[in-house]
Amino acid sequence: MSAAGDKITARGLTKRFQSVRGEVVDALGPIDLSIGVGEFLAVVGPSGCGKSTLLNIAAGFDKASSGYIEIDGRTISSPGPERGVVFQDYALFPWLSVAGNIGFGPVSVGRSPAVVEEKVRHWVKLVRLEGSEGKFPHELSGGMRQRCALARCLANDPDILLMDEPLAALDALTRVRLQDDLLQIWNEASRERPKSALYITHAIDEALYLADRIIVMSERPGRVLREIVVPFPRPREPDIRTLPEFHRLADEIWQLLRRPSA
Amino acid sequence: MKRVGLKDAGWRLILPVLCISIWYVATDVFHLTHPVILPSPTAVLRAFVRLASNGELLDNIGASLLRIFYANCAALALAVPLGLAMGLYQPVERLFDGLLSLFRPIPPLAWVPLSILWLGIGTLSVVFITFLAAFFAVLVNTIAGARSVDKQLVRAAQSLGAGRQRLMVAVILPSVAPAIFTGFRVAIGVSWMSIVAAELIAAHSGLGYMIMYYREVLRTDAIIVGMLTIGVIGLAMDFGTRWLESRLMPWRTGFHL
Repeated sequence: MSAAGDKITARGLTKRFQSVRGEVVDALGPIDLSIGVGEFLAVVGPSGCGKSTLLNIAAGFDKASSGYIEIDGRTISSPGPERGVVFQDYALFPWLSVAGNIGFGPVSVGRSPAVVEEKVRHWVKLVRLEGSEGKFPHELSGGMRQRCALARCLANDPDILLMDEPLAALDALTRVRLQDDLLQIWNEASRERPKSALYITHAIDEALYLADRIIVMSERPGRVLREIVVPFPRPREPDIRTLPEFHRLADEIWQLLRRPSA
Repeated sequence: MKRVGLKDAGWRLILPVLCISIWYVATDVFHLTHPVILPSPTAVLRAFVRLASNGELLDNIGASLLRIFYANCAALALAVPLGLAMGLYQPVERLFDGLLSLFRPIPPLAWVPLSILWLGIGTLSVVFITFLAAFFAVLVNTIAGARSVDKQLVRAAQSLGAGRQRLMVAVILPSVAPAIFTGFRVAIGVSWMSIVAAELIAAHSGLGYMIMYYREVLRTDAIIVGMLTIGVIGLAMDFGTRWLESRLMPWRTGFHL
């Protein structure tokens, strides 16, 4: 991938923090990575490898200890609406309805009420929450909550989506369905402008099904063990999960992940 | 709100009915006590009719409720911003914590002598004492609420483009609102308790004053009317604030009540 086509670039990124007992813990890196314009990058790693830390730094929630991460050549230092974040626990505002949650971003960046209403209607339809606009998050199922969170994030039309194990809290069946939903919504959202994605997960099959490229991370402090380009064409069909190549790649990643602890 | 069924209500009534029966038998039937020590329930009922019909009871209820209203308005106006600032910003907490920790253990009633000296006997004194009780209840709960704001919600709002002001109004405030409301409910309760005590000493009107006045003239039946009125109003205010909470914060009904 050429540097000119990169949306996000990280160089020598590390994170260390002090534990409660005062020890200095290296949580991440040094790590180098880049995500192209419109590219879907998945990061797979064992739990505690710092992959969520990586996302938090990209989102601007955490500061890197050394190195840098840039978007379009500008260093990230704080959260911003051009980077949408989807959280594992949804982080929907419990006091706002589905419509209120989806409209939160557009209202925050100063869109007019008419535009906000238009965006809410558009996204409610796209994530199939029609009829639930007035419901509160606690009245929704897990899958509906995550679709609502996805719509909330996309209603701001961000260039980049940062997703931190967004499907990890869902049951297996809902998870598989939402993978398809995610891809479809992603396609739909990318129609006007390509969107890059950083997708954190520990589910190998999920990474293979969704991503263009996968970065496999080591145990703490997380570094890049290997980079795998996913060869399956888009749009992805559910039966690619049965291809021998899918299983070969899954096994390759699995071997990488289990080696350090063996 | 959970509806109280007939069977449930029956259970709740057993003990009050039993108490009143024993009271009735001991006084009206066997005349075991002198009316000054313990008048009969029928005497209390007669006193209630008398006090209610000549307007005395209503005037005193009005005086007490108005003071409760002033005191709680002032408590909310001061304790909510201060509690938010203390819960959200460490320097503010460090600045105020010492002073407030020293004053918090002092019961509101211990302020009666000073408040009489400063503000005289009357509404101002009583409002001041009641305010102190309500203030700390709201403050403590607001601080706790501000400290437990969900970090993920703040992050979500920031990444959706919310600036400082919008973060405060659209995320922090609704997050803390349930805790503020809990504080308000506690404040209504404790201020109701301390207003009666304050009025015993520092007022010429109100339910507390009424009770004290009838002690001086040895009308125990009227004292009991005053006490029961306090209980009933306290109960009604607790129900009222609960109802208000379920209306104002419907998203909370999903995981409580």
